[in-house]
Amino acid sequence: MPKQQANWSPYDNNGGSCVAIAGADYCVIAADTRMSTGYNILTRDYSKICKLADKCVMASSGFQADVKALQKHLAARHLIYQHQHNKQMSCPAMAQLLSNTLYYKRFFPYYSFNVLGGLDNEGKGCVFTYDAVGSYEKVGYSSQGSGSTLIMPFLDNQLKSPSPLLLPVQDAVTPLAEAEAVDLVKTVFASASERDIYTGDKLEIVVINADGIRREYMDLRKD
Amino acid sequence: MSKSVIEMPPKGGFSFDLCKRNEMLAKKGVSPPSFRKTGTTIVGLIFQDGVILGADTRATEGPIVCDKNCEKIHYMAPNIYCCGAGTAADTEAVTDMVSSQLQLHRYHTGRESRVVTALTLLKRHLFNYQGYVSAALVLGGVDVTGPHLHTIYPHGSTDTLPFATMGSGSLAAMAVFESKYKEGLTRDEGIKLVTEAICSGIFNDLGSGSNVDICVITKGAKEYLRNHLQPNPRTYTSSKGYSFPKKTEVLLTKITPLKEKVEIIEGGDAMEE
Repeated sequence: MPKQQANWSPYDNNGGSCVAIAGADYCVIAADTRMSTGYNILTRDYSKICKLADKCVMASSGFQADVKALQKHLAARHLIYQHQHNKQMSCPAMAQLLSNTLYYKRFFPYYSFNVLGGLDNEGKGCVFTYDAVGSYEKVGYSSQGSGSTLIMPFLDNQLKSPSPLLLPVQDAVTPLAEAEAVDLVKTVFASASERDIYTGDKLEIVVINADGIRREYMDLRKD
Repeated sequence: MSKSVIEMPPKGGFSFDLCKRNEMLAKKGVSPPSFRKTGTTIVGLIFQDGVILGADTRATEGPIVCDKNCEKIHYMAPNIYCCGAGTAADTEAVTDMVSSQLQLHRYHTGRESRVVTALTLLKRHLFNYQGYVSAALVLGGVDVTGPHLHTIYPHGSTDTLPFATMGSGSLAAMAVFESKYKEGLTRDEGIKLVTEAICSGIFNDLGSGSNVDICVITKGAKEYLRNHLQPNPRTYTSSKGYSFPKKTEVLLTKITPLKEKVEIIEGGDAMEE
């Protein structure tokens, strides 16, 4: 009798794409609002972006149940940190916490593909990109999710961030102005919606700068 | 170990030589590659004066849209059209083939083709291939016996219906038909209903999208309304545009001469003819 394979999987993929771009004094994080399963749409209006701290926002695509659980866990840990240290967590600190949380479940992972964006302690934009088990890297821009294979090459072409491993240390942030970066994000999602069936409906853009956090929406293709 | 095998030229059709190997690989957990499907919504309905066929225009390769505006309503005869869902290559090939066969038949008989002829030719071919030709079709037309609408499944079974839907968006489209269809629709009512059904597939099924194609067939006339409705324009175009470098960046140039000197030998061997 041949070995039986499991036909029940604990995971599902709810689709969608996320993007984050770091600027000199701002950070743009964006994600589409479509949640799907298989060939069906579950809802056209689901936010994949979560505010973890004052200057730190995370966008996650993948299995939204795991994403929700991960967000709750991080929010709880942040609250404890605030009680113990009497201050908000910085973006690089949250980045390390997220990595550790993901690796903790190395052998039953969170099916969550994350990008973390925000301002570091000096007010400069920073973006961290993750895989499902916590490997992370500080970069100038990143995309995750079903449309990432379409979006990433275009961002590479327009932004061309240097590797953080190079010496002398080169600035990872993009020289683009905030408005230009938002324009780039809108173009990139409009293009991804044309060719990726899981990306579409509406685009949610979050911009973090010295003034605070600003939210913007744009319609995408609904087919 | 030597085997005397007579080399035969390939006859065409399917070769099942690798089936045992595939079974063995599947047991070891290697999954077979998938083929391109159209992930589609196609519909047909019978109205007062004839038949209306409708289709979306998206062709997908897995999660990626490979063609945003393909044609899924295929010509079979001047009075018969066929919508195709399933593997794109299969629907194209099978409709082209039967279309040619119908033309030859028209020359032979001197009469206008009948829908049941196309139906029989298609179902016989598909049954012969036991479902391996993955084509799910909605066949419609008007001939001397009146308007006809049929659905054909990949294994070769057929249904004769007053309204039909096929493809991944068939449930979304059928929901619309079941709610709003009635007998004796006028041309405009029929087109409106077909458009609504296809739109339901386009917006609710991820495998279908882009535009609506319509084909209206009546006694003695047909109207192919390509891109009858285009409800999905591009949502954002940057006003400033983007520039791309014309050439690939040259990072390093290094020339290594392969041969310092070439010796010419006088009176060498002449080349064979």
